[in-house]
Amino acid sequence: MKQVVRVAAGQGFWGDWLEAPRRQVEGGPVDYLMLDYLAEVTMSILQKQKERDPRMGYARDFVGAIDSVLPAITERGVRVIANAGGVNPVACAEAIRDLAASRGAGGRVRIGVVTGDDLLPRLDDLIARGHTLANMDTGEPLSRVRDRVLSANAYIGSTPIVEALRRDAQVVVTGRSTDTALTMAPLRYEFGWAADDWNCLAAGIVAGHIIECGAQCSGGNCLVDWRGIPDLANVGYPIVNAHADGTFEISKHPGTGGRISVPTITEQLVYEMGDPHSYITPDVVADFTTIQLEDAGPNRVRVFGIGGRPPTDKLKVSIAYRAGFKAVGTLVYAWPDAVEKAQLADRVLRERLDRLGLRFDKVLTEFVGASATHGPLAQTSADLPEVQLRFGVRGEDRAAVERFTREIAPLVLNGPPSVTGFAGGRPKVEEIVAYWPALIDKTEVQTAVEVIA
Amino acid sequence: MKVRLVDIAHARSGDKGDTANVGIIALKREWYRLLARELTERRVSAHFRDVITGPVQRYELPNLSALNFLLHGALDGGGTLSLKTDAQGKVFSTALLRMTLDVPDDEARTLGLPAAP
Repeated sequence: MKQVVRVAAGQGFWGDWLEAPRRQVEGGPVDYLMLDYLAEVTMSILQKQKERDPRMGYARDFVGAIDSVLPAITERGVRVIANAGGVNPVACAEAIRDLAASRGAGGRVRIGVVTGDDLLPRLDDLIARGHTLANMDTGEPLSRVRDRVLSANAYIGSTPIVEALRRDAQVVVTGRSTDTALTMAPLRYEFGWAADDWNCLAAGIVAGHIIECGAQCSGGNCLVDWRGIPDLANVGYPIVNAHADGTFEISKHPGTGGRISVPTITEQLVYEMGDPHSYITPDVVADFTTIQLEDAGPNRVRVFGIGGRPPTDKLKVSIAYRAGFKAVGTLVYAWPDAVEKAQLADRVLRERLDRLGLRFDKVLTEFVGASATHGPLAQTSADLPEVQLRFGVRGEDRAAVERFTREIAPLVLNGPPSVTGFAGGRPKVEEIVAYWPALIDKTEVQTAVEVIA
Repeated sequence: MKVRLVDIAHARSGDKGDTANVGIIALKREWYRLLARELTERRVSAHFRDVITGPVQRYELPNLSALNFLLHGALDGGGTLSLKTDAQGKVFSTALLRMTLDVPDDEARTLGLPAAP
């Protein structure tokens, strides 16, 4: 058994720094590269792509990421775990296989594919058998929006990833695995943690939570002493250095920028936190009130003391559905009295929309530069140099939203003065794909693992 | 003595649906008890009364010198439904740090708290 297993984070979301995976593999010794691509609504975007082309539906950035690390991972035996498969993990794995072949590594890269999270084809059957898939926030049954559902995927845990590693996969591709399972699975595999070793499994989950947002734990988006964080241009992404007893240190490669300290790790620990006593995953419930942190040298933090307990008998399901249309238009008003001018433009615009008889579910005005982010908490009496009027509408009627987009530009000539910043043209109408969180009995979800080369 | 929260704590926020969470962390361990005493659900709820539509829940993490607040009804429906600039609640963190605390002079001196300018 290895004394230390090193898991390096290379992507915190789909759209993260393209340089990071290669820097993590080439910057120093690591055992695993963990890439997290899936946010709550990513699955629905991928589902739309798959509808247009059945070979699509996965995070295509992942192919580029593998291309950027391919020689290094094959030379050094680094294994890659990613939830890049989206709604089409098989096609994703095949794309990686084809890439390896085209780079002269055909047949030498074993790719594990985890499937079974996709519930879309079974949705009507599940509902017919009494699964309401009620919205966890509102309690409404899924039947209310069934005809508008685009994707439905269960969040799955570490077990199938461990299975793929056991079968010697060098690259493991999953669909809607939990972000944290991508980090916990290789630790469970390497250290042989039992499926009921709650404290160790919880430690793996906490390790995953710390690194799943990439550099957000190593100096990125860090408020404490933000001016003093060195060399963000060269920021180092985090690495978990884990031990068999469930303790671990977070570090980054030497010579990189950013910072790893107790405050930077703490900021990431509280990110998107709910009830800290119960961080629920398919494998274990982790208790964040047990986590202990201590400095363990420059850019190194030791994490220990983590407690866990058995999971629930449910899996969370991520469902995406079509929920109408929205558009946001902006104009910029200049000194003097920039806020007052923008406020008048807002009143004029609302009156015009009313007179047109346009009805929306929601109309929202913000004054960027004055109050958009902190609202009335950000009161200022200063005569600001400029303010951006940001006006959004949302509704079921696409035609009404389209009509709204024609009402912004005219304000430049027929509204309040000192206005600019309209060069972007008419606002774009966007179809809203909304998120519907639900629960399903674990017994309804069977995962499968296939290894291709 | 007036003490600005931004001088004694740091914070990060994020979203879950229409709920924003704000994790607030004492800059020094010995300042955590003051935060835990002063930043009640009622106080934070009053701070955000014109910003959110739902209640506030608080959780304590003394192990991290941190408190976690859930601000319900904070994000205009949340996620892709929201029309807000900050649809994912990323900067509710610093909105909380705008708060000022009244701390007895003796206690402020003992704890070495920086006075508000």
